[in-house]
Amino acid sequence: MALLNTDKLTIKFGGLTAVSALDLVINQNEIIGLIGPNGAGKTTSFNMITGVYTPTSGTVVFEGKDITGMKTHEITKLGIARTFQNIRLFGQLSVLENVLIANHMRFGSNLLSAVIKTPSYLKKEKAVYEKSMELLRAVGLDDLKDEVCTSLPYGKQRRLEIARALATDPKLLILDEPAAGMNPQESLELMEFIREIRDKYNLTILMIEHHMAVVMGICERIYVLDYGVKIADGTPSEIQNNQKVIEAYLGVE
Amino acid sequence: MKREKVIQSLISIAAVIILLVILNKVLTPFQARIFNLGGIYIILAISMNLINGFVGLFSLGHAGFMAVGAYTSALLTMSREAKEMNFFLEPIVPWLLDVQLPFPIAIIIGGLMAALAAALIGAPVLRLNDDYLAIATLGFSEIIRVIFTNTQSLTNGALGLKGLPYIGVTDSPKEAIWWIWGLVIITIVFMVLLINSTYGRAFKAIREDEIAAEAMGINLFKHKMMAFIIGSFFAGIGGALLGHYMNTIDPLLFRYLLTFNIILIVVLGGIGSITSSVISAIVVTIAQELLRVLDGKMQIGSLIINGVPGTRMVVFSALLMLVILFYQRGLMGTNEFSWSWFKKLPFKTKKAKIS
Repeated sequence: MALLNTDKLTIKFGGLTAVSALDLVINQNEIIGLIGPNGAGKTTSFNMITGVYTPTSGTVVFEGKDITGMKTHEITKLGIARTFQNIRLFGQLSVLENVLIANHMRFGSNLLSAVIKTPSYLKKEKAVYEKSMELLRAVGLDDLKDEVCTSLPYGKQRRLEIARALATDPKLLILDEPAAGMNPQESLELMEFIREIRDKYNLTILMIEHHMAVVMGICERIYVLDYGVKIADGTPSEIQNNQKVIEAYLGVE
Repeated sequence: MKREKVIQSLISIAAVIILLVILNKVLTPFQARIFNLGGIYIILAISMNLINGFVGLFSLGHAGFMAVGAYTSALLTMSREAKEMNFFLEPIVPWLLDVQLPFPIAIIIGGLMAALAAALIGAPVLRLNDDYLAIATLGFSEIIRVIFTNTQSLTNGALGLKGLPYIGVTDSPKEAIWWIWGLVIITIVFMVLLINSTYGRAFKAIREDEIAAEAMGINLFKHKMMAFIIGSFFAGIGGALLGHYMNTIDPLLFRYLLTFNIILIVVLGGIGSITSSVISAIVVTIAQELLRVLDGKMQIGSLIINGVPGTRMVVFSALLMLVILFYQRGLMGTNEFSWSWFKKLPFKTKKAKIS
């Protein structure tokens, strides 16, 4: 059974059909790429999967459960975490706090025990702290834990966003342009890193990316969108030789 | 580390209590009254700071919740005779006539009623954002005031309530210090514990970025409601204290101007810091008294200015504008008092900051 599949997912904004009848099938432990020219509807698709937008028609099924139209936080709780194209960290807060916050959802203490600090609350707080530190170590930010997160360089902010998403214990991690603004060396490291966390945390990864080196390097399968319509899917080599994809990116003679 | 923090907190509280004992001896009754008013404003400022500063909801309904708390506590503590004397236009509803509860219980019920009002109003209103939320809450607080003006047999309408029992048993500002500042300490301790819990972090996350907070699994509506209700509870307590402090309340007291007074304190101090609310509340309250000179007749050289009541508020308005233009973070920004400050002093060896 596929971990996530979407069936004829469509969203219209007024007269504009941003995404039209999108079918995605994502299996356990795959790394899937979603590519396409600007404005193709990639991020919009992500927003429909994560509940930010409610699709006009079509369904999203995650682990056999229909999650169409559910609220974002409910979907996160089921195990879909994401990062954002334009980094959305909790700006004024420290690096560590950013990761701690993502643990709140599964913390499981009520307000009263959190305020009076019952022993069980303190125990959970300690566990959450250790888990967050471990995640920060995994992304190489543990020595920066007390820094205000906006003071970090761009690449590290992206890593922090991934650590924060991982702290929600996801099964499916959705990355929106993780390599944006990275130089070739950083992109290479990112590829390694994505593979690493996939194996370490038993994840399935769906990513939007414009760096073709990254996409072709790590994605096992790729979906290509153009004007909201899926024009191709297949392995990286199939996509590279697909006439329609070449036309979408380079235009027709 | 934890143990150290607990000890430090207990030392802080002990220091405050010692300070209160000393002030109780030193202050004149008039000064004690001002000091008490400062305490009430601390409670109000902190409760507003939770909603506006920590969760980042732009709510302007504080006066409404204070009114609910003040009227509830007043009606629950006044004696039968006092009520009969007040309600001469139209008799009070019979079931309230003989109710008379001890002052601490009445205050807590006042807070709970304000919390209930917040729960009712929050359900529709907290789905709004930014300016819309501000307008809706402002409207709500005016609606409460208008309702209280027109429910003659319940609130005595525009005549207001007079002869509220004093805070405490004796009519002494010095006894009231203990009641009010006891509540101040409880409020501060509660808020500090709340803000430093996983819920406090969730609140701050909502303030920083709602979309990201929701994507991290935080139920926005639930957490906004939580903060709104807790903040309103303390606003109700502060309102009840204010009523007993002034001995008389009427709907006009709870106009939006009261909300803006508290916003002034919160913004001058720094949005999102409990310490700043405490300092700012005391400074503003004392300054309001000291600047009373400005309301009177003044002579500058040959220029004679006849006193215009309210001139002193101009100073605060100007100050508020200066802060917003040049120093938006306020006195302290989002910083809090912490013992690690002392560790940063030069004569101490450097030590890791307690997170």
